Amino acid sequence: MKQFLEGAVAIARTVALCRPGVISAYPITPQTHIVEELSSLIANGELNAEFVNVESEHSAASCVLGAVATGVRAYSSTSSQGLLLMAEVLFNIAGMRLPVVMCCVNRAVSAPLNIWNDQQDIMTVRDAGIILLFAETIQEACDLHIQAFKIAEHKEVMLPVIVNIDGYILSHGYEPVELPLQETVDKFLPPYNPAYKLDVDNPVTLGPLSGPEYYLETRYAIQQTMNNEVIKIISQVAKEFTDLFGRESYGLVESYKLDDAETVFVAMGSICGVIKEVVDELRDKGEKVGVVRIISYRPFPNETLVKLVASTKKIIVIEKAISLGSNGPLFTEISSLLYTTHNNKNKPLISGYICGLGGRDVTKEEIVSIYEESKTQSPTAKFINVKQENLGSVI
Amino acid sequence: MFAKLIIKPATSLDNKTGSWRSGKKPKFLHNKCTGCRMCYLLCPEGCISGSKKFYDVDLDYCKGCGICSVVCPVEDIVMEKE
Amino acid sequence: MKEIIIFARAGQGAITTAQILGSAIVKSGKYAYAFPHFGAARMGAPMNAFLRYDDKPIRLRNQIKIADYSIIVDETLFSFKNPAETLKPQGIAIINSLRNFPLTDTKQIISVPANDISVEITGRPFANTVLLGAFCAVTGIVPIEILYESIKERFKGKAAELNIKLSEAGYKFIKKQ
Repeated sequence: MKQFLEGAVAIARTVALCRPGVISAYPITPQTHIVEELSSLIANGELNAEFVNVESEHSAASCVLGAVATGVRAYSSTSSQGLLLMAEVLFNIAGMRLPVVMCCVNRAVSAPLNIWNDQQDIMTVRDAGIILLFAETIQEACDLHIQAFKIAEHKEVMLPVIVNIDGYILSHGYEPVELPLQETVDKFLPPYNPAYKLDVDNPVTLGPLSGPEYYLETRYAIQQTMNNEVIKIISQVAKEFTDLFGRESYGLVESYKLDDAETVFVAMGSICGVIKEVVDELRDKGEKVGVVRIISYRPFPNETLVKLVASTKKIIVIEKAISLGSNGPLFTEISSLLYTTHNNKNKPLISGYICGLGGRDVTKEEIVSIYEESKTQSPTAKFINVKQENLGSVI
Repeated sequence: MFAKLIIKPATSLDNKTGSWRSGKKPKFLHNKCTGCRMCYLLCPEGCISGSKKFYDVDLDYCKGCGICSVVCPVEDIVMEKE
Repeated sequence: MKEIIIFARAGQGAITTAQILGSAIVKSGKYAYAFPHFGAARMGAPMNAFLRYDDKPIRLRNQIKIADYSIIVDETLFSFKNPAETLKPQGIAIINSLRNFPLTDTKQIISVPANDISVEITGRPFANTVLLGAFCAVTGIVPIEILYESIKERFKGKAAELNIKLSEAGYKFIKKQ
């Protein structure tokens, strides 16, 4: 039965169905409602787990690191500054090959202080060795959480997963959501039973010093795992999910109206809903447009993407993040992919647009005007909806 | 794919750090030992062992720092050239 | 697809209003998406909640600038602005007010003395559920019984009972006119 639930509440109840043993988090807007709901589920006796209250996100991440290292399924959630404070530990979690699952409720990064949505926060840890998934809807955010545990804990993967949801838009939005039955989740997600863990009866050291003679291989192993096993397993788990839960899950990317598309929008997260609406309207006018929605940003689905955009003439990347002094991270990704894989003759033109930073609303009209502009121009990292009255030559 | 990330206990015994020793090593004379255990307690390498009034050093790991000979109250440990 | 904006101050229950109405719309077989927009995140600050509904899943997630319907919980937010500005042509605004607003050709602004109605029943000005009852009466989007069901799910015990009374009073106020 579909319930009209707040995103954060729906995610918390889904996580509870995954039976985590330890949850640790520090409250930060707009993640708060997720862990609030989880802590009340534990307090009400509806979830049998340990909620560890901590004094910072650094400690929350350390706590779930320790929990997973002892062979317990663990979960955390954070946003923005909290994610930045966790950064050090997140690299440790990935480096130690521990399958922590987290939700990052994407929010702008200070300064200036801003609690609203964009996707700049998660880009700070994109190189850590964490699997990064992006949801478009609340339902998908829930579904990806269930899959995240299965992907992370797969014996050939053993890497952390962060499910990204747009702050407020998904975390505080209400939508009809179908929460699965406990039996179905149990069938899909067996108890966590790792090949290695901290155990007093069989002592080992995890995360020891690793000198120049060992370190390089640790990175090589994660890179190989990401590009081979994880790519395969994400698609495989999505298929298993679709079969068992009867709800479409797309795996690495979702393609929308791509068949004869000459222009393709590429984006991540909830903004894809707005873009799809625009694509429908443009299609009604006879324009050949489509959308590629990146669900797995790490690992980046290179092969799948190259196939999808093989006959495209124009790619428009729209993103809510910017690598200041360079381009949007997704733009860089797509352009380097096409440069290295496509034959020189048929390379599509790529334009990159930055929008929605710090919660600035992105409208259908803006997407349409981007499309119109892209017919004649191919800008890189072009900010849309810049208010000139907010700018000047001095502060 | 995985790299070597996990270490089983006692693997550091394979590192014979005694090879780092420079010049001098302790000699336990076994004449006047009172069994105070100061050498055993203060050895930074933990390579002195024994019981009652008889202690000795494991030269596989001793780095020759000389603390044992300094703390011995009855001068029953001396540093000598290798 | 229809769009609704709820204008209120933080603490007046705009999100609750959007959630209850959205839940009732979903119960009556449609799809809905409700979301808030905060300015300064503190009590008393002006804020909006938005609600879209349709026969198919909602994909549009940007803010609503002009709506088919608006529900105005706090009249003081419109001291220098006409509620009609928030509406599309043929739009309807329901405002918690004692004033009568001039009719325009294409837009309706309906005043409901929600504060007075609530004070009479509860002793305190809980305007939002009164306005929801009035909204159901004006628009007929959801039957009032389904709204009661959603209120019962949102509140427990006495609070549910009082809120149902409040929305019933709002509903009857419109029906009597």
